[in-house]
Parts: sequence; C-alpha cells; structure tokens
Amino acid sequence: MISRTLHALTRALSPGLRRLSHVSSGGPIEDGSDSAHLTGHASLYVHWPYCLRRCSYCNFNKYISRENNDVMMTECLRRETDALLQLSQVSCVTSVFFGGGTPSLAHPLTIAAVLETVAGRVSLSDEAEVTLEVNPTPEGKSRLEEFCVAGVNRFSIGVQSLQDEDLKILGRDHSSHQALQTIEEARRLRPGRVSVDVMFGRPEQSVESWESELSELLKVCDDHVSLYQLTLERGTQLFRRVQGGEASVPAEDVTAEMYQRARTTLHQHGFLQYEVSNFARHNAVSHHNMSYWRGRQYIGVGPGAHGRFVPLGEGGVDREARTQTLEPDVWIREVQQRGHGTRRRIRLGHLELLEEVLVMGMRMTEGINHKHWQMFSPQLGLREVFGTSAEVREFLQSGRLVLDDRGLRCSWDGLAVLDSMLPALLVELERETSRKLQSDEQRERSDPR
Amino acid sequence: DDAMCGSVPAPNRNRQTVAGVADIDIDINRFLSFCVKESIDLSKFPADRIRNFCIIAHIDHGKSTLADRLLEMTGAIAKTEKNKQVLDKLQVERERGITVKAQTASLFYSHEGEQYLLNLIDTPGHVDFSYEVSRSISACQGVLLIVDANQGVQAQTVANFYLAFEAQLAIIPVINKIDLKNADPERVESQIEKVFDIPREECIRVSQTFFHHCVLRPAASIDDPFKALVFDSNFDHYRGVVANIALFGGQVRKGDRIVSAHLGKTYEVNELGLLRPDEHPTQKLFAGQVGYIIAGMKDVKEAQIGDTLYLQEQPVESLPGFKPAKAMVFAGMYPMDQSEYPGLRSAIERLTLNDSSVTVQRDSSLALGAGWRLGFLGLLHMEVFNQRLEQEYNASVIVTAPTVPYKAILSSTRLIKEHGSEEITIVNPAQFPDKSVVSEYLEPMVFGTILAPDAYTGKIMTLCLNRRAIQKNMVYIDDQRVMMKYLFPLNEIVVDFYDLLKSMSSGYASFDYENAGYQAADLIKMDILLNGRPVEELTTIVHRDRAYSSGKAMCERLKDSIPRQMFEIAVQAAIGSKVIARETIKAYRKNVLAKCYGGDITRKMKLLKKQVEGKKKMRLIGNVQVPKDAFIDVLKRKD
Repeated sequence: MISRTLHALTRALSPGLRRLSHVSSGGPIEDGSDSAHLTGHASLYVHWPYCLRRCSYCNFNKYISRENNDVMMTECLRRETDALLQLSQVSCVTSVFFGGGTPSLAHPLTIAAVLETVAGRVSLSDEAEVTLEVNPTPEGKSRLEEFCVAGVNRFSIGVQSLQDEDLKILGRDHSSHQALQTIEEARRLRPGRVSVDVMFGRPEQSVESWESELSELLKVCDDHVSLYQLTLERGTQLFRRVQGGEASVPAEDVTAEMYQRARTTLHQHGFLQYEVSNFARHNAVSHHNMSYWRGRQYIGVGPGAHGRFVPLGEGGVDREARTQTLEPDVWIREVQQRGHGTRRRIRLGHLELLEEVLVMGMRMTEGINHKHWQMFSPQLGLREVFGTSAEVREFLQSGRLVLDDRGLRCSWDGLAVLDSMLPALLVELERETSRKLQSDEQRERSDPR
Repeated sequence: DDAMCGSVPAPNRNRQTVAGVADIDIDINRFLSFCVKESIDLSKFPADRIRNFCIIAHIDHGKSTLADRLLEMTGAIAKTEKNKQVLDKLQVERERGITVKAQTASLFYSHEGEQYLLNLIDTPGHVDFSYEVSRSISACQGVLLIVDANQGVQAQTVANFYLAFEAQLAIIPVINKIDLKNADPERVESQIEKVFDIPREECIRVSQTFFHHCVLRPAASIDDPFKALVFDSNFDHYRGVVANIALFGGQVRKGDRIVSAHLGKTYEVNELGLLRPDEHPTQKLFAGQVGYIIAGMKDVKEAQIGDTLYLQEQPVESLPGFKPAKAMVFAGMYPMDQSEYPGLRSAIERLTLNDSSVTVQRDSSLALGAGWRLGFLGLLHMEVFNQRLEQEYNASVIVTAPTVPYKAILSSTRLIKEHGSEEITIVNPAQFPDKSVVSEYLEPMVFGTILAPDAYTGKIMTLCLNRRAIQKNMVYIDDQRVMMKYLFPLNEIVVDFYDLLKSMSSGYASFDYENAGYQAADLIKMDILLNGRPVEELTTIVHRDRAYSSGKAMCERLKDSIPRQMFEIAVQAAIGSKVIARETIKAYRKNVLAKCYGGDITRKMKLLKKQVEGKKKMRLIGNVQVPKDAFIDVLKRKD
C-alpha cells in the first residue's frame, strides 16, 4: 500500500526532488526596513489537518483520518499553493512552515511536492527556513531523515512534557523516552535547528516539578524552546474534566510563578527570550514565526489555514485576512473545483492593519522599532500615537512599557501582562489615527490644492 | 357567515398565541362594515355614538395585541402579517414587548346600522407607568380589563382595576387567550368575582363581541360650552406641543381661541384631528370625542397634563385634574466623556419634553464630571429612559446607583435657616446630613401587592422579611393563588426585588405597589472606597440593621464587576471612618496569550476589539477602571 502510494506520488512530482544544500544556522533575515518586500515577499504556512488521536487539551482544526488520502491531499495542497502564490504575485517565499494537525504524519513526498511547487513558481532560497512540526513518536522519528531529503531544514518537536504520567493526561501518543530519542535524531540531522515545545500549568503540576523538568529538558534540547501555558479551551476533554472537578489545573499565581521562573532559568542557560513564548540560543530564532510578529505577508494553504496578503493578481491593493475552508473533505472538493478553498476574505483597512502590526509586534521582546512602524504608518509615528496618552504614560512610568529612540516595547515585567495593556494601546491607536484623518481632511478642505 | 369566517386569517404571529383574539375578529366581523370614508363628518357622531375606552391589563395579557386586532378590524390600519404592537412605536417598547407611552386611536365601526366612533387608548401595564394609566382613564368612560385565561388575576390587574374603579368607569372584564392549552376561564371568572366583586356573568370571554356591553356613553353635550381635558402631550420639533385632549362638552374648530385654565394663557388652534393612531386632521372636534390639538404652545409645560381647555369667550369650571406623577427613584446620569455633555444635555431635554414625569436637576461629581440627578417613577421607568437615550439619541450614559427620596428633620437651627424649612428631602446620598444635625430620618414606604401560587408563599414571605417588610394581609383568591399585602420601605424593593420575586417563583408571582407615605427609620450613610479613595457615586443610604450585610454585598458585587487590573484593588465599605467590609481584587501577574501565530491573529483581534469596546465603557476612578454598569449593579442583592 505504502509503496504504491509512494510510486504514485513520485510520478506526480515533475522534475524531481528539490534538494537543499547545507543550511547554515540562522538564515538571512531582513530587519523589516525594505517596504518593497511588504507585498513582494511572503511566508507560506501549510496545514496538515490529520492526527492519529485527539489530545485532551486541543481544540485545533484537526481530524482523525479514516483512510489514506495522501495522493489527493498532495495534489490539492499543490494546486492551492500554486493558485494562491499566483494570486499574491509574490516573487519570493521567505520561509515555509508545515503545521497541523500532525504534519509529521504526512508523507515526505507530500512535503517535497509542496516545496517543489513553490520553487517552481517563485524564488525559494536554499537558505529559506522550512520547518516541520513533529510528533515525537517512533514513526515520526524514523521519517525525519526523509523529511530532510524532502527539503525540511528545521524541526519543531511537540515534546509537551517529560513526565509520562502527564503525557497520558494530555492524551499524547508518545512517551518521554521517545521524545528524547526524537530530539536526539533531529539534532543529529539538523544541528542548531531543532525546537522543542513544552507546556506548563498542566494538571497537578507544581512549581518545583516544573523547574526540575525544565532543567532536565535543558540538558537535551537544542537551541530553541517554546513554552506554552496550557489554556483550557472550551469543548476539549480536559476542559470538561476540570469543570467537572475530576482534574484541577494550578492557580493563576502558580502558573505566573512557573512562567517567571522558566524565563529566568532559560536566560541563565543562554536562551534569550525573543517573544512571549519563544526562547533561542545562538540566534536560532524561528524566522517564519518572526515574520508573523513583524506583520509580514503570509499565505495559508490547507484546510482552515489563515493568510494575510494583498491579492495583487486580481488587482487588489489592500491586505486581506483570508481563511481556507475548515473541513478537509469540503476543502478538497473546493480545491478540485476551483483551484483553492478560500472560504473567507476580509479586507483589512489601514487602521486594522496597524492594529495587527501593533498586537503582534508587541509580543516580541524587541517590540516595534520606529523604522518598522513607519513602514506601515508613514504618517503617524509611534511617539505621536502613544506619547500623549495618560494611561500609556502610566505604563511607561511603572516600567512595564518602554518608548525610546529604538521604539516601543514591553519590559521584562510588562511582557507577562501584555494583554492587560493592549486594549489601552488599541484605544490610543484608534483615537490618534482618526484624529489624524480629521486634521488631514480639514487641511485639504482649507487648501484644495 | 362561514365564508366570512374562512376569509379571516388567524393572526397567529405574535410571541404569544392569540387565538382568542382571532375569535373576536370573526365575531366582530359580523357586525362591522369597513366603511371608513375618506372625509369624516365628525358632527355625525353625537355623544351617544361615541365610546371612549381604554384597555388595561397586567403585562403580557394581550393588550397591545388586542389593540392591533381592533385597529385592523376597523380599517384604521391595513391588515398585514406585520401588525405587531402597532401602538408601541418606540424601539424600547418593541424590544421589551411593553407599552411605555399610552397611545390613542380613533376607530369607526357600524353596529346595527349605526356608525360609532370608538376612541381606544392603549395603556402601559407596568407599575412604573401607572400614572399613564390613570391619565388615560380620565379621558374614558369605560375600560376593558383584560385577564389572561391562563395566568389569571395578577398584581397589575388588581392595581389597574382600582384605578378604574376609583374613576368610576364601567369596567368590563375580558378573559383573553381562552383557547390556550392551559386556559381556565372558569377559575379566572371566580377570581374576578372574588377580588373585584364583579359577577361572573359580566365577564366576557373573548369569543363574543363586547362593544354593545359598553353602554356607558360620554356624559357630554355638544350644546355645552367647549371644555376639554389635556390627558397627554407630545413635543414636535416643527409644530410645537401636540396635546391629546378629551372633549367633555361643546366643540372646537381650527382658528378658535382657547385658554389654558392652569396658566390663563390664550392660544389659537392651528390644527386638530383624530388619532387613528396616526394624526388625522379634521375641521372640528365634538363633545365626547378624543383627539389632538396644536395651538402654538412652545413648551410642554404649557400643556400641563390634567389641565382644562376652554374657549376664550366662554370660561368653564375646571375639570378635576390629577396629581402630578411623583418621582420615587433618583439616580445620577453622566456622559461617558465630558465632551459629550452638550449632546447628552440636549438629548435629555428632548426626551423629557415628552415625558414630563422625569425630574431633572443639574449635578456634578468628582469622578464623573458634570451631569444630572434625574428622578423617575420607578426603576423600569429609569431603564426605559436610559435605553431611549441610547437608542433614540445615540447617547452613552453612566447611571449611578438609584436611591429613593429620604427625608430628614433638621435639628440645627443654622441648617433650618439655610434650607428654609425643618424638613428636607435628600435625593443624593452624598448630601445626606449627619446624625448630629438631624432629629429624625424618614424613609418612603410603599404598599405592595403580591399575587402568586401558594407553593411559593413561604419563599416570598422570607424574601419580604429580608426586605424589612410588614405583612398586612393575605387571602386566597382561589384554591391555589394567594394575594399578599405588605408595607415595604421603598428602597428595599427599588432595585432588584421584582426580578428576584419573578425568578424565585419561576415567573408566576406578580407585584405592584402604591405609595404609602413616610416612616421614621434609623438610616446611615455608607461610603465605598476603592484603594482607600471614597467614591462619591457609590455612596448609599442604608438602614443601620442592614449596614454590615449590604456593605459586604456591595463589596462582593464590585469585586465581581470590576475587572482585574495590573495592580491590587481594595474594595471597602465604611461608615464614617470605620471600615465594615472589604474585598480584594488581585492583580494580574500574568495575562498574555501563550500562542499567537498566523492562525491565531483573527481570533485574538476579535477578543481585543471586544475588550476595547468594554474599556470605552469604563470610568477611571483614581487609577481603577470601573465598568459603567458597576454603578448600578452594585446595589443588586443576591438574597
């Protein structure tokens, strides 16, 4: 069965696999100064919707696949990639991210086929970051090498926990031992380009156990760590169990303490925090994710994928928020019928774009620098927007926020309470942009030339 | 007949089934002919062919629906599926399914070859608007007292009955919705017999026509001098005051010079006509009729409700007016932002032009800036006013905790001199005088009527006891329903009593009240502090015995309604300098979304937008963000 699929896939691929030359750690990353790149470049997100099982905490768009439809999925992902690249008219794809679902369940040739499609239409540098999310199961591990051959040069491994007991509660399909082996294999294949995801705030977890788990992880991990606080999402099994009193998650004070201790510990081990949940050593940041936070264009391919780009191909001038059809079977049908499964398109106005740039940018420890902001808002500088508000001044005075010659950013303390500050910042942004608009109109009226 | 019945579609499109009403539809059709002519010669309707009546009922018993049907049947409005609460013109009325403002409609119909003019006045059902009911009643000779065959006699049924009874009107009980599944008309009839002393034979189940029961005709003669009662007024921006009048004698025409008995001012009639229910100009109005008049009055105060109008040359004795509606609930109203003050001021001015029962006083507070202290007839009245401000004038307002008008008998001669009297009324808790200068405090009392199935009696008695109420009476109106009468301090029922009563009785209990003067009470002023800073807008007057429990409850409510912020917030209740209750709102130590990547932005932005909207509705008190609803929610008790 598998060999037949493989055969079909190989036939489906046109000029052979795209081979990547050796990849140095830390690809080129512009600091966002060139505004021409705003519409000429994009990153690409590819969603693989299938999982083997449902994790107890996950409410993401994923499906337990009933049958192998690799060939069809591959063909549809290729077609949609092609169609959306054409629509966006970008000349360069700066990074690719295969997420899910469990994209490590996809066949390596599927990954290769998508990359091939990209490279066939636009420039995709050999240096470009190509990340694959991996479930640290023996099957996942055994395929890492093939994924590398297909063109993947960065792995993001969903370790979540090193406690087997907790992995069971979370409904994961791997053991901590398997996770360690997968990390080892990934590091062997792509040294310096392996990330691990871990979760804190898990049921029954204590600050002490979290700390010892983290130091254990630090012994084996590569140069990138993502830390996520477990969020109880409605509709998940874990949510119901906590609601029903069968399980309990640590109190907010405890999770706040876990977060702060983890930040400190990681810092001591040379991991610099560059975003709310992301830490990197030796500058091994995720370029793909950085481009989200820097307000870059991205194209989303696959069921339920999100995108943000200007559809230049049909004469569009504004960036759109685009969502692909959620349900895989429906998505497949749509791609077969019209080349893509875009379900929703929302034009982002100037203010809405700035709001996203602000909300995403503030998640980075570097924040938003003046030059970067100017690229999106040439008329209204950061100081003009935020310099006068009393509430923002209070954030500045209390040391949660910094506004200086570099730009606007959160302090160490501020980053942990960013969501408490964002509404105030958004209110200010709305007020100042509308004020600016009014004064411009007034000027225009008094001086029609 | 059968063919006729078949041609009438059952108008089953309201939120309640109105099959009973559909029945009248059919029967009345036998008697009605839709011969409304384009031009109407009103002189053809002598008083004995006029019936002025209103419909009074408990909320939801089918008043407005019945009014819709009558309008349709007499051709006043076209018969369409869309006719729903036609007389409820305000958005707030349609949304809440209540009538706030009484509306008038003149209808024509033929009965046994004679043309009749029916003046229908639709009235509000809620206790807060009973002044509207009493006004409407004064213009009528008969009332239809509607009772839902399923729900039976309710508290407002009782209240409205007594209003009509005191005005000596013919009262025709109408049992509505008799074909609903659980309808029990016999039981309702015996309730009516027991409570109102009306023989059951006089009850009409709505499947018979009822107009010829209304034998009372206006005792008005066209030969008398013109004499009219002003029973309502509206303000129109272009034409000035539009007064609704009932003619108790004579006739009036365009160009007549008329005098307001109250002010002694003379006006020239510019326009007059019928309300059907829209204004329908005519040449004249005659004795017994009800209509509108526009006479160059520039201010609604010139068309005082209850005033008598007469012809300049023919002065008459004034009709007995009615007591002006008295504000029983006071609250501060402030603009969201001081820049919106002028807009809100003109909105309040315009709205009070059409609702003279609202009293307006300028006020200002430290946290909320310049605003007003407004007086309302009740809490629903206040909510409706607030909603109308928001809906009809697009004004965003902060409403402070409502308070009742307390009185204090001053002992300090200096203060007596200052106020010009020994007794003062306090409508703003911040101005509550200290015990040291007062010999006695008084609080307003009300006499409340509760009707409920007897299964809830125990719970209701406990609730009333908790509200310092004294039971005065308790009777079974049938084998299951109990009518209880209590004397309540008004402040105990003003905010949430009705809601609680409703929820603890699964909606079966009904409540109404009337004013019952003042009683001495041991009252004290309680301050609320946020991070040690007293918030004047949250100051309340409480009974000493209840100070601790209400202080604790208020702190708890505030803790629930103030969102957590980046610093700790102490919420305290204090009497003088003594803190009697405290709650702490803990600071956020961590508040940031863990995962925010390309696929998460849309959801995150949506959430943030919601928070931004919520934030715009907050007030900064010191450094604490307080949602605008907190000022009023704070008084709601859990019990």
